[in-house]
Amino acid sequence: MIDYVHPEVPTQDKRWRLVQAEMRKHGNAHSALIQTLHAVQDAYGYLDPETLERVAANLRLPLSKVWGVATFYQHFRMKPSGKHTCVLCTGTACYIKGAGELQRAVEEYFKVKLGGTTEDGELSFLSARCVGACGLAPVVVVDGEAVGKLTPEALINHLEGVIDADQ
Amino acid sequence: MLINDELQQIAQPILDEEAGAEHSIRVCVAAGCISSGSDKVLKELKAQVKERGLEGRCLVKGVGCMGPCAGGPVVRVDDGDVMYHNVGSDDAGEILDSLDGEPVKRLAQSMDTPFFKRQVKIALENSGVIDPERLEDYVAHEGYHALARVLTQMQPWEIIDEVTRSGLRGRGGAGYPAGLKWSTVAKAGGTKKYAVCNADEGDPGAFMDRSVLESDPHRVLEGMAIAAMAVGADQGYIYVRAEYPLAIKRLEKAIKQSERAGILGKRVLGTTYDFHVDVRLGAGAFVCGEETALLASIEGRRGTPRPRPPYPAESGLFGQSTLINNVETYANIPALIRNGADWFSSMGTETSKGTKVFALAGKVNNTGLIEVPMGTTLRDIVYEIGGGIPEDRPFKAVQTGGPSGGCIPADHLDSPVDYETLSKLGSIMGSGGMIVMDESSNMVDVAKYFMEFTTSESCGKCVPCRVGTTHMENLLTKILSGEATHHDLQLLEELCDLLQNTSLCGLGQAAPNPVVSTLRYFRHEYQALLTDDEVETTAQEEAE
Amino acid sequence: MSDQTVSIKTLKIDGRDVSARADETILAVAQQNGIDIPTLCHLDGLTPVGACRLCLVEIAGSNKLLPACVTTVREGMEVFTESEKLNRYRKMILELLFSERNHICAVCVSNGHCDLQDLAVRLGVDFIRYPYLHPVEKVDASHDRFVQDDNRCVLCGRCVRVCGELEGAHTWDFMGRGVQTRVITDLDTPWGESDSCTRCGKCVHVCPTGALIEKGRSVAEMAKRRQFLPYLTLMRQEDQQ
Repeated sequence: MIDYVHPEVPTQDKRWRLVQAEMRKHGNAHSALIQTLHAVQDAYGYLDPETLERVAANLRLPLSKVWGVATFYQHFRMKPSGKHTCVLCTGTACYIKGAGELQRAVEEYFKVKLGGTTEDGELSFLSARCVGACGLAPVVVVDGEAVGKLTPEALINHLEGVIDADQ
Repeated sequence: MLINDELQQIAQPILDEEAGAEHSIRVCVAAGCISSGSDKVLKELKAQVKERGLEGRCLVKGVGCMGPCAGGPVVRVDDGDVMYHNVGSDDAGEILDSLDGEPVKRLAQSMDTPFFKRQVKIALENSGVIDPERLEDYVAHEGYHALARVLTQMQPWEIIDEVTRSGLRGRGGAGYPAGLKWSTVAKAGGTKKYAVCNADEGDPGAFMDRSVLESDPHRVLEGMAIAAMAVGADQGYIYVRAEYPLAIKRLEKAIKQSERAGILGKRVLGTTYDFHVDVRLGAGAFVCGEETALLASIEGRRGTPRPRPPYPAESGLFGQSTLINNVETYANIPALIRNGADWFSSMGTETSKGTKVFALAGKVNNTGLIEVPMGTTLRDIVYEIGGGIPEDRPFKAVQTGGPSGGCIPADHLDSPVDYETLSKLGSIMGSGGMIVMDESSNMVDVAKYFMEFTTSESCGKCVPCRVGTTHMENLLTKILSGEATHHDLQLLEELCDLLQNTSLCGLGQAAPNPVVSTLRYFRHEYQALLTDDEVETTAQEEAE
Repeated sequence: MSDQTVSIKTLKIDGRDVSARADETILAVAQQNGIDIPTLCHLDGLTPVGACRLCLVEIAGSNKLLPACVTTVREGMEVFTESEKLNRYRKMILELLFSERNHICAVCVSNGHCDLQDLAVRLGVDFIRYPYLHPVEKVDASHDRFVQDDNRCVLCGRCVRVCGELEGAHTWDFMGRGVQTRVITDLDTPWGESDSCTRCGKCVHVCPTGALIEKGRSVAEMAKRRQFLPYLTLMRQEDQQ
């Protein structure tokens, strides 16, 4: 528990400074943990154990508690994600309007399971409980942008386009 | 009345703008329309107005949700009878050309329809009217006037009395009387109290709260501030889903604006009251909609519920007395205070007063956000307001209340929507998700969809919910694959009973509802999938 | 605890008139009066959490079942700790626990010294109607003195609480959620590598099953010692006074 006695010297990493700023905003209180994890994910793309150790030391929290909280919430990713992300909305309206078919299409075409990343690291295929755009069902969020009223073919085309655009 | 003068001053720029303008063009900038490109439409309209030298004469503004979300981007010109649907940025010129003439036929959808005429808006009164990112616009539409009135003319107990008399019940699910909750917190001891807003809208298929936050964020802040005055809280937290980035952005902006204007923060509107509001982000856990789990999450912990009592009113956030209401409940407060309890309770039914916002989706022509008086029948909602089912296919069921609710069949379409009726029908009001299903939906599959949801959202703390939901999901999968027997169905029903009676929190207790309600109304669909014909007589059935 | 202002309540448990301090739980009062309510996650000396739901009791005039471990007494309360309904639910909860992971007593080091097994015998659970979920969970033998076998874990959280509340190390916590929940040390890293673990062994001895055991024990050899728990709790209270 040496970290607790001599908190690690802050690195020069810009990303870590963003995380520190978030912790400071909340007075380094225990209750800042979830907000801090958001900051870590925003800065690093996912929650890596090394950063979590530093967060634990800064907020004076047990490691097991930090890991327990990080793994409880679906939003937090414990592994780096692909270059592009496609988040499938699995809300009721999307389910009724064929989200299942979109899922099958992406899984088959890109050979990736929901929650996973393609072997070439190009695409992560994730799910969200409901993105709240039920009027546009079925919806996916590709790299942060919602795309609605999709058919399996339209989705594959869209994803192909996004992946090709930077190649 | 110094306070009202100050508010008047804040609103003045908007009033001047509106007085000088001949036309106003409103573009929906809620998340649904933005994802269809409404932000580009807004930009183009603004650019062309400038180009044509129409500034001042023609106002163009982004507004909150106007309702028909499936028709986005939607645009409305002046207060006419038409709304433009599916507008693209290349339509901007044509819309401006038509300002002094006939509307653009190609885009126009009549507003002289039940979808608009049957709605009564309280929580959504400013949605689609004001610019959600401008405090001035909110104030110009009577915003923060209720707060001013409360501060200058009402004692805390008078506020609570007004809310109690109005008959307002919690809009988050169970419908607990708001006035009773407020008075419990007001009476609780302790020097520090909190007012928390539950904006962790977790029901899949529900987007009422998101829409209110995106369309009229100040309204929620005002409702919270009034509640805080009434119960004696000086700190508020809004717990919002991280999946709602636009709502978060607008809320944070609204908080900054109102603090800068001296409306919130230290010395609210120049009085001796303080009320600070902070946003806390959820991280994707349905169970955090449960009060005690939500508080655990704000405290930075795993969002697992704890047994009640003690209730949050006695021991809530950081061990202090805490008031928790959801977004829509708070959004009702400003109008309720402005117009009075009698006005509010004149709407609705005997036990359910006021209006309710629903997110209408699924197999229905008009999907979108609606607000109707309590007591409106399901038939009116689906067929009048919703415009019926695409291709006139037969209606099968409407699902209300999300994973804690149930499916209501055609026989009960004429039931009024209120807390008691929905609960008698085996569903719940819930937060307001309403999903219409036609004949193409298999009800066993629907039950499995919700069970899958609950299984993966179970927090894992208590045994019945943690293990029971897993077995229930497995049993439903087995039934759907055509490999199950009557014995399996019996196991499923026993598990429903176990979870309802022994789970730790309300979500675990309600988890079987989608199965129980589909078994109640669509049992034949389950039975048709079983492999054995013989109905095993259980001891229980023999006794009956 | 000997606060003079705490009032005394009288109530009925299983038809017997009993008296209790107003801050006592139904479970504590029942125990004092020789009424044994089944429990699993509860352990005297640790904060009660009401998670296993085995101690649910019926209260006259209420259709809600309440967990005895966290429900405090009320004047005139009528409590029933046994009924056909309660027994049925308790048996089902045990069945669910047995089906959740791998509880094959015959090859378990805790055979004969296991709270789960004792409960099954007491409540007459001799058959599990639900299919076994049979997950393959990890066995962590990296610690030089102890072993963690997740396959035997019932997620009661006693280890988490004893480590955080009494030892003050908080080496243990829960990770994940739902049926995927597991107890972990530190960042889900091997127990043997933990810097926070003081190797005190409290977690091993409060564990109700063979999930946490001492190394080198063979089948049925792992008896647990829990005498320290009430003693530690008492000493802490004395210190605070």
